[in-house]
Amino acid sequence: MSNLLTINDIYIEGRSDEVWSPIINGVNLSLKRGEVLGLIGESGAGKSTLGLAAMGYTRDGCRISSGSVNFDGIDLVSASADVKRGLLGKRIAYVAQSAAASFNPAHKIIDQHTEAPTQHGVMVRAESSEDAMQLYERLRLPNPHEIGFRYPHQVSGGQLQRAMTAMAMACRPDLIIFDEPTTALDVTTQIEVLAAIRKIVEDFDTAAIYITHDLAVVAQMADRVKVLLRGDEIETADTRQMLANPQEDYTKSLWAVRSFERPAKPAVHTGATPVVSVRGVTAAYGKVDVLSDVSFDMHAGRTVAVVGESGSGKSTAARCITGLLAPRQGHVEFDGAQLPASYKQRDKMQLRQAQMIYQMADTALNPRKTIAEIIGRPVQFYMGLTGRAKTKRVDELLTQIELEPSQYRDRLPSELSGGQKQRVGIARALAAEPKFIICDEVTSALDQLVAEGILRLLADLQDTLGLTYMFITHDLATVKSIADEVVVMKDGRVVEQGPKAEMFQPPHHPYTDLLLSSVPEMDPDWLTNLLEERGMENIGDAAVGKM
Amino acid sequence: MGSVSKIILQRLGLGLVTLFVVSIVIFTAVNLLPGDFAQSILGQGATKDAVEAIRKDLGLDQPFFARYLDWLSGAVRGDLGTSFAAANFSSFVGSDAGSGLGTVAQTIAPRFENTMFLAGVTAMIAVPLAVFLGVLAALYRETIFDRAANIFTLSSISSPEFFLAYVLILVLAVLNPILPSLSNIFDGMSFSERLERTLLPALTLTLIVTAHMMRMTRAAIINLLASPYIEMARLKGISPMRVIVKHALPNALAPIINVIALNLAYLITGVVVVETVFVYPGIGQLFVDSVKLRDIPVVQACCLIFAGAYILLNLAADIMSILSNPRLRHPK
Repeated sequence: MSNLLTINDIYIEGRSDEVWSPIINGVNLSLKRGEVLGLIGESGAGKSTLGLAAMGYTRDGCRISSGSVNFDGIDLVSASADVKRGLLGKRIAYVAQSAAASFNPAHKIIDQHTEAPTQHGVMVRAESSEDAMQLYERLRLPNPHEIGFRYPHQVSGGQLQRAMTAMAMACRPDLIIFDEPTTALDVTTQIEVLAAIRKIVEDFDTAAIYITHDLAVVAQMADRVKVLLRGDEIETADTRQMLANPQEDYTKSLWAVRSFERPAKPAVHTGATPVVSVRGVTAAYGKVDVLSDVSFDMHAGRTVAVVGESGSGKSTAARCITGLLAPRQGHVEFDGAQLPASYKQRDKMQLRQAQMIYQMADTALNPRKTIAEIIGRPVQFYMGLTGRAKTKRVDELLTQIELEPSQYRDRLPSELSGGQKQRVGIARALAAEPKFIICDEVTSALDQLVAEGILRLLADLQDTLGLTYMFITHDLATVKSIADEVVVMKDGRVVEQGPKAEMFQPPHHPYTDLLLSSVPEMDPDWLTNLLEERGMENIGDAAVGKM
Repeated sequence: MGSVSKIILQRLGLGLVTLFVVSIVIFTAVNLLPGDFAQSILGQGATKDAVEAIRKDLGLDQPFFARYLDWLSGAVRGDLGTSFAAANFSSFVGSDAGSGLGTVAQTIAPRFENTMFLAGVTAMIAVPLAVFLGVLAALYRETIFDRAANIFTLSSISSPEFFLAYVLILVLAVLNPILPSLSNIFDGMSFSERLERTLLPALTLTLIVTAHMMRMTRAAIINLLASPYIEMARLKGISPMRVIVKHALPNALAPIINVIALNLAYLITGVVVVETVFVYPGIGQLFVDSVKLRDIPVVQACCLIFAGAYILLNLAADIMSILSNPRLRHPK
């Protein structure tokens, strides 16, 4: 069978500061009809750029400098804009990472769905609307006959992502590019979207390029996998073969990431005073309660992972502990003493003891201050050090986070990588010499290798400084590797809590079970088995018939 | 819709408060003007007694607050007072002062109507033109067309109004006598004749207000072109024109509406020069004449109308911006 898509020795460049620098260096790619190719790599590997190039599209400031993209006999690099426009949406479709951002907020979902078919003259509007509803039903969207008439902001993220998959199918394309379609979703929602995508791609025998940084996801979705690193192809192989027997060192290192796990610590003495104790906290934004009667303890030198999906109240609990949000009922104790509800009433000592590290190091660091100024500020504010003593302390902290002081002291945040910025965020928290640090999704914006480095650093710091961590995360792999105790939250309540060993062993609370079983595993049959177990294997069969 | 009507009511309330504050500012400022009507009408050689008599007659001898309250309570009831000039004129010629001739409302009404007519005609030309040019400039951004449109509109906004007016008179009335160069309109004129006479000042004003609105339309649209949903539309193979009109423009409306409102307010309040050049009997000329005469009630009323126009138009822009946001129009 001939290839549907052949990319030959393609070079893509991006422009920054008036200089063209390479993004993709001579990658080859071929795809047969009905085949799914996984593209994996860390951020900056050029996955999205290559995926878009397969559509003959480059973002502003990028260009294809050489090579060819042959789609079913048409060279997309040399084709005119009109020729490409005739293919896009009709024969090649795209599913973006964030459906919430990629649906136009000003139009109803179904109007956006029918746009491509009507504009390309594939179907008339009424026919396309009817088809949209059938696709929604097939993708198991609730109220398939009404959901299309809502605006994007009225629909949840997971449903929107499925609606976008349906939209990509509107003209029954030969090829769909999926660009990290589940990265922004919670694990339980991710399953539904993965199942929907796989089902529809199989049903219509559509070829697909599936871009992701998550190996376990790609294992479920792709027939073949291609690994990219900084614009170079590392290796390509059938999924099962790649999982069983990766050839290149880089691929092996990607596979090994999930192996980091800390040894279990001895149990907490009964009767020991917890460092932080959340006691029956109920908190609200406006009139709506987002936390209801939440209680848990965090003991010295231990890591408590607070797990839950978005909207479960994890971050709100952190805001109550730091005093950014005063609880409506209940209180927070520190070393057995009750803390004032609002940070405004807390003294410097109380503020110093609890520090925070944020998810987005990018936005949490002042872009106009040097690293030494960023870390020096809390050193001076809390510890009262100035002049040489302050410089010395900053250098100490930089050494602690494994950044060479002489090299990094005078840099701006923009001159650091994502992982380095997060390390600076850690140093800034350490500068106050706290007992307790809240880590709010500190690794979720980072690549797996970098994230692992951060987790190891945090673990080492805990061992040397005796820190207590509250580790907010939605990623159960992170929980497995770093937590001592686990608190599972849902809809503002604690549904289960206990030592990690117990939490990862049955019997679970049904919700914990759902969370745990939803985490993708490397086994390529995992999704199939799981769906069978949950009785969802016939997803969407209700609507079979059309086409 | 509950939340939207609540927001609108809040804005209306705020508008009223603003108008009240503005009324204090206007009254204070006008009273700080040097000289008064009595002096300016009687000239330098007037006796003190004569000045006092007129002041007393007009209530100018009352304390500041009493005069303000008097004026405000009248204004609230729709009675803007009596024009000093008109009242004195009628008493000099001995006509019946009780006939109500010379109230501020009667003095201003026809002028205001003319101004609204001119502003309306200008808006009908300028707003569609500006949005259309803005869309085209965004579509053909960084091309010759874009640059030419920018250069043309920017040079017209940068030229003095009277200069533009004379250039238009030269081209459209003198060299090619298509339109009348004078715009003196009066009661009883047919609509078409009125329109014809208004066209030249309206074109001049169009040249002045288009640049702002066009550049904001262009900028607001281009600002959105990097959005994921615009990329999505392109990747669906939608034509560039449709991407801009259907996908970018509806989301760019809020800033565009605000700039349109500001320019419309300018058309109502700031067109003295153009009115003078074309001898157009609008409210701007009346305002300037009244300031010269120290005809305080007319000046105050004009100021209040100007302030009201600004507040009302900005209010309308606010409300329309809110309505252009689907999140507010269709809550969860």
